[in-house]
Amino acid sequence: MNLLPDVRVHRPATLDEAVRLKAASEGARFLAGGTDLLVNLRRGLGEPAALIDLTGVADMGSIRRNGESLWIGAGVTLADLARHPDVMAAYPALVEAALAVAGPTHRAAATLGGNLCQDTRCVFYNQSQWWREANSFCLKKEGDKCQVVAKSDRCYATYHGDIAPVLMVLDAEALLVGPDGARRVKVCDLYRETGASHLTLAAGEVLAVIVLPPLPGWRAAYRKVRIRDAIDFPLAGVAAAMQRDGDVIAGFRMAITGTNSAPLAVDAAEVIGRRWDADAAAVVAQHLRKKSSVLRTTIVGPAYRRRVIQAMARKLVDDLWGEA
Amino acid sequence: MKSILTLTVNGRRREDLVPDTMLLLDYLREQLGLTGTKQGCDGGECGACTVLVDDQPRLACSTLAVQMQGRRVETVEGLAKGGRITRLQQAFHEKLGTQCGFCTPGMIMAAEALLRRNPNPGREEIKAALAGNLCRCTGYVKIIESVEAAAG
Repeated sequence: MNLLPDVRVHRPATLDEAVRLKAASEGARFLAGGTDLLVNLRRGLGEPAALIDLTGVADMGSIRRNGESLWIGAGVTLADLARHPDVMAAYPALVEAALAVAGPTHRAAATLGGNLCQDTRCVFYNQSQWWREANSFCLKKEGDKCQVVAKSDRCYATYHGDIAPVLMVLDAEALLVGPDGARRVKVCDLYRETGASHLTLAAGEVLAVIVLPPLPGWRAAYRKVRIRDAIDFPLAGVAAAMQRDGDVIAGFRMAITGTNSAPLAVDAAEVIGRRWDADAAAVVAQHLRKKSSVLRTTIVGPAYRRRVIQAMARKLVDDLWGEA
Repeated sequence: MKSILTLTVNGRRREDLVPDTMLLLDYLREQLGLTGTKQGCDGGECGACTVLVDDQPRLACSTLAVQMQGRRVETVEGLAKGGRITRLQQAFHEKLGTQCGFCTPGMIMAAEALLRRNPNPGREEIKAALAGNLCRCTGYVKIIESVEAAAG
């Protein structure tokens, strides 16, 4: 038997009921596909007071047009997201990123909201209880010292989600629903750069919908590198979006994952109004170097990850420039 | 904490009292005695526990039994009809897609999901559909040939 903590699992049918249950039970956690949370709970990573299973909430699983924008329910599975005609037509980079998440069996269960809200990861954290205990635990869980940066007072676990950077370059927003009503925030504002509490959602809030704006004239793409191409989290990932106007870049956005405790936008606005050439590439490379902070959080050393993200970013923007 | 779970397992409607946080894997193996579904890595990395839920492949080790409320679950035991194994199972037998056999139920269920969706998959589609399933014996060549033999 594989015992999880013996807690109540609530199965609300509506979003309102889910929010009410969350407010009524301090320390409860939302559960969707389970591919991240249940695996962690089985390793002793987290002691929720209760689980609130969102897979029975009917209105979270739909994709619909709302004026010019596309509203994607947080409960939509990555498999359904990647084969939805509206998503495929308008946001191919999102399809590319969704299909780059784990394997097909995960994608049939894993949801958009769950992917965005996934826990941060670290080679010292995603281990069994006895492994972590033998290593005197770590700052993120039960310990008082970060095993990656020993003198640090914060956790450096890394965010490895594939979807968030793409949504950031697509300028997407998230609709959060809580006991006091709903609010909309930019996807980049869902995160803060600290591994132990990287999500900015308030205690009672649930991520309900992702809102994608229309992006005429923009092209976007996502690249990642991983150990096992069939299934793994990104060792590093980069998304970029570009709007080209003749011989100059009219719009440019880049975001990275797998490098820091949050997915981060790389601000390289200086390249707007210029050609994409070696000089512009050097500007982007410098911003990327400053923004990313790759540490010893995966079994692959940081030197490779620092080099590969630069190589991927360059290739990605070269391709976007050529295709636009 | 327990709940009443109503679902269909291998074509039979069931109603069981299950602990809220019991994994689908344990429900199948321990409570129903359907030990064809294997427990491998325990972290969703190996695919040995793959079952079908409403025709979609699903990792039983990363799913709660209570999440299967009203759903249709199929395990490798549910494939054979009237004592006869399916064409896909026969292909694994004939093409030597099985060696030690531990990954086989997961491989077969993942391949079954593919063949239901697309009865004539190409080699690349077969590889993509089995991407989440690990095998430490065959080197995958024989497994892919087995699925090809069952297709079309």
